Amino acid sequence: MPARVDYRRNPEELLRLVQADERRERRGRLKIFLGYASRVGKSVRMFAEGRRRKLRGQDVVVAAVQPGVTPEVQSILSALEAIPTLTEKYGGQEYQVIDMAALFRRHPGVCVIDGLAYFNPPGSRNPERWQDVEELLERGVSVITAVNVQHIREKQDEVERITGKRACDSVPQAFLLEAEEIEVVDASPDALIGRSDGITPGSRQLAELRELALLLAADVVDRQLQDYLDSHGITASWGTQERILVCLTPRSNAAAMLKSGLRNKLRFHGALLVAYVEQKGLGPGDQEKLNRHLEAAREMGAEMHCLRGDDFVRAILDFAREQRVTQLFLGHTSRPPAVRLRRGPIDRLIDAAEDFDLRIFPHAEDK
Amino acid sequence: MTPEAAPPRRGRLKIYLGYAAGVGKTYRMLEEAQALKGEGVDLVVGYFEPHGRQETIAKIEGLEIIPRRALTYAGSQFQEMDTEAILRRKPAVALVDEFAHTNVPGSERVKRWQDVKALQEAGIDVITTMNVQHLESLNDQVWHVTGVRVRETIPDWVVDEADEVVFVDLTPRALRNRLERGVVYGPDKAKRAMENFFVESNLTALREMALRHTAHEVEEKLSASPVALEAAGLLEKGQASGAQAGQTIRKDRILICLTGSPSSAMLIRRGKRVADYLQADCLAIHVARNGASVEDVERHMSFARNLRIETHILEGDGIARCITDFARREGITQIFMGRSRSQPWWKQFRETVVQQVVRCAHDIQITIVADRRRPA
Repeated sequence: MPARVDYRRNPEELLRLVQADERRERRGRLKIFLGYASRVGKSVRMFAEGRRRKLRGQDVVVAAVQPGVTPEVQSILSALEAIPTLTEKYGGQEYQVIDMAALFRRHPGVCVIDGLAYFNPPGSRNPERWQDVEELLERGVSVITAVNVQHIREKQDEVERITGKRACDSVPQAFLLEAEEIEVVDASPDALIGRSDGITPGSRQLAELRELALLLAADVVDRQLQDYLDSHGITASWGTQERILVCLTPRSNAAAMLKSGLRNKLRFHGALLVAYVEQKGLGPGDQEKLNRHLEAAREMGAEMHCLRGDDFVRAILDFAREQRVTQLFLGHTSRPPAVRLRRGPIDRLIDAAEDFDLRIFPHAEDK
Repeated sequence: MTPEAAPPRRGRLKIYLGYAAGVGKTYRMLEEAQALKGEGVDLVVGYFEPHGRQETIAKIEGLEIIPRRALTYAGSQFQEMDTEAILRRKPAVALVDEFAHTNVPGSERVKRWQDVKALQEAGIDVITTMNVQHLESLNDQVWHVTGVRVRETIPDWVVDEADEVVFVDLTPRALRNRLERGVVYGPDKAKRAMENFFVESNLTALREMALRHTAHEVEEKLSASPVALEAAGLLEKGQASGAQAGQTIRKDRILICLTGSPSSAMLIRRGKRVADYLQADCLAIHVARNGASVEDVERHMSFARNLRIETHILEGDGIARCITDFARREGITQIFMGRSRSQPWWKQFRETVVQQVVRCAHDIQITIVADRRRPA
């Protein structure tokens, strides 16, 4: 077995998974409705779920409602018990804060909380509302909540690029990964534009936000799927997301391979990995070439992996499987071998590549 | 005197896309229909599959339904959508459930999506439903993940041409709850479903595919507009893509090399999928040799044409030479090939076709497509 330098998950991540499992036993369950703009219908879906659960005998209360409740939401709310938010003043502004003390006394089974990204005024129990939710979960209360992609911290730069605006309140993306369930609320942008809101973004911006929300949800779902496959010892690639591995060697046409890898990553919204196999006895010229390639890959911001092993092909194959790669990019020389006694690395990879496509790039100097 | 009738505006198509039965596609469609009807839109239900689901059936109340047409085939009665009756009725909007459905033999059109096209041609807007696993390009992947070979498929371009694709979500956990409560199927079928197709891992994988596909459709529509202008001659050629990316990228041209082997279907789907995502041209060729089964090749060729791939049959002795010459002539940037079958040891000193092409095709990238098999 070749020694592997890289692992899919580092030990901290694995520990996090184990601890998450243990905590999950006593913890409340979190369900998040994810939307891409206001008025896509998140609140209706969320409160309707609260009402459904109540009808099924669960102990449901509503702990936060956003201003501007539609008649449809109002009719659902009238069927649910409410613990209203407290209005707190700070610096001349009013804040709606979840009444945590009342919730602790009441200790419901399920709590419905709209506006996950709100922040609390200074001096509150928690600076941000998602931390209030976290505390409820820790105490065994299940939470149903809703958030828009504009409020996911890691997506805010992109949202600002699209809309030119940045929401000041946000939720870390890691909190979405904590959720047992995340449900996307999708709708036609056309249906939103017609609604009188006054501040709705244009149709192109809405489409971009929509794509962002769908891809965010896909990444969360992909994480759930990988966790499932890992925990069930399934090593096969299911190919739900394209994962491209560019293998660099000294003589490969790294510029073309990296450029193509990046284009594929962007078009498929997949992952791009770059790997090289540490080889003994590399001449100084080749070593220098390889270093230049690696520098170019680093500049592109690619995820770099150094593989070790006596057998070049084996090392690549093992890594590709471990990473559930769907496309492997490799360079080749078109100079014919003098004698075809041994099968070359490309031949061996072609034979072994069952789970992934193998894309062969001509070497730069062969042109 | 009536003025000469202008050809009707083509009807719009909206698809509610889900990832499994029971996620609520039909329900969402009917919800929208009720809202439209409330606004006074002239709307009919062209085809509706209630599956005995009470919540869904309740949503149809008050909507005008065009009765189905009864057809007899092989001694059995079938109910199909009465496309001609909808055309005669000519509403503004028609609801058509189950976009991927195949009509019973003897129907006017083979596939329901063709019926929908006929409605659109007549200027009728259509709202329909489908699951992601019916997309042709995902057929092998769905089989790989779930073990199910979906037979009713829709070419991707049909879905790409829709004006809107909206994702209907429900978490796998919630869907399995619905199955358990008997909302989706009867008790026996529900139990079998939960142990087979509806296991959580399958549902999670299909859901991810549906999310990514919807995102892809949104992105295509975003990038389609300048390209559409180019096609209409309103922009200089190349200007649209250059303006978008900030630079001109050489357009990829993908060539798929077909044989009579059954795995060529997989090759076609994969090559076309990559071409679609890279916004590349896609061509397919077969190099004819004596003794090859023409029938199998022709089947693959016609499959490729259905997916809107340009096909050619070449003749020549050296297969690899033929392929590379054609590729050069056509400015191909990527050649897609299947793996050559493994050779007996005494032939291993001879080069396979793949090896020859790799050697001959200097400046062209070559992709050897994975021979995905169902894990044991």
